[in-house]
Amino acid sequence: MTDAITKVSIIISKGSLDGVYPGLIMANGARAEGIEANLFFTFFGLDAIHKARHEHIKMATVGNPGLHMPTMLGGIPGISTALTHFMNHKMEKLDIPSIPEFIEMIADTGAGLFACKASVDLFGLEKNDLIPQVQDIITVGEFYEKAAGGQIIFT
Amino acid sequence: MSTATIADTPVELNDEGFFVNPEQWTESMADELARREGIDELTSAHWTVIRFMRSEYFDKGTGPTVRVLGKSSGISVKELYQLFPKGPAKVAARIAGIPKPRGCI
Repeated sequence: MTDAITKVSIIISKGSLDGVYPGLIMANGARAEGIEANLFFTFFGLDAIHKARHEHIKMATVGNPGLHMPTMLGGIPGISTALTHFMNHKMEKLDIPSIPEFIEMIADTGAGLFACKASVDLFGLEKNDLIPQVQDIITVGEFYEKAAGGQIIFT
Repeated sequence: MSTATIADTPVELNDEGFFVNPEQWTESMADELARREGIDELTSAHWTVIRFMRSEYFDKGTGPTVRVLGKSSGISVKELYQLFPKGPAKVAARIAGIPKPRGCI
């Protein structure tokens, strides 16, 4: 087991439901394996740790061929909300936690949660706009320092 | 797969150190199994988790994930990681003599 993974740093850069969950699942799964994990939220991924927005992360219904429906249909007002409800309902049945609950759990596992400084500045946010589990707002250089010695996963 | 001697009893372990036959496990093996995981002393909270792991395994055919442990064992996720720093579900499964829990969340 000499080449076992011992540390991962996972970047979440998208603000859609399908953009946020994979990174969260990988971070939580890493901690469950005893792997050190850091989560770094950048660009629209910041919505996942934004106090007012993290409960309202929606499915991307436009430009998402995986949904197997006509692109124009995806743009109709309300479709994204309806499909998000449907997906949330399905996930609840499988006992997959909501994004706010999941992030709180991941923080409890001892994973580090960090926000990208460039994105926070770009969107005019402050630390107070973010959920309390976020440890710090850091630069890309500081991210690389924290990621040293481990694998980096970009989602 | 290999045979290990735990509490003077031979048991079958797989390559990752999980019991192949959970029926071979007895409570008297837990202390020694815990020491192999770097846990010097099993507290009553550890035992709550160990017993929960086994009852879930025999009920459902697979041990619980950390999420299930946090929701149903009566011990919070934070405390679970204090009790089993190297991964609560995985390490507790080894100590409880059950296969590795399967589940993504």
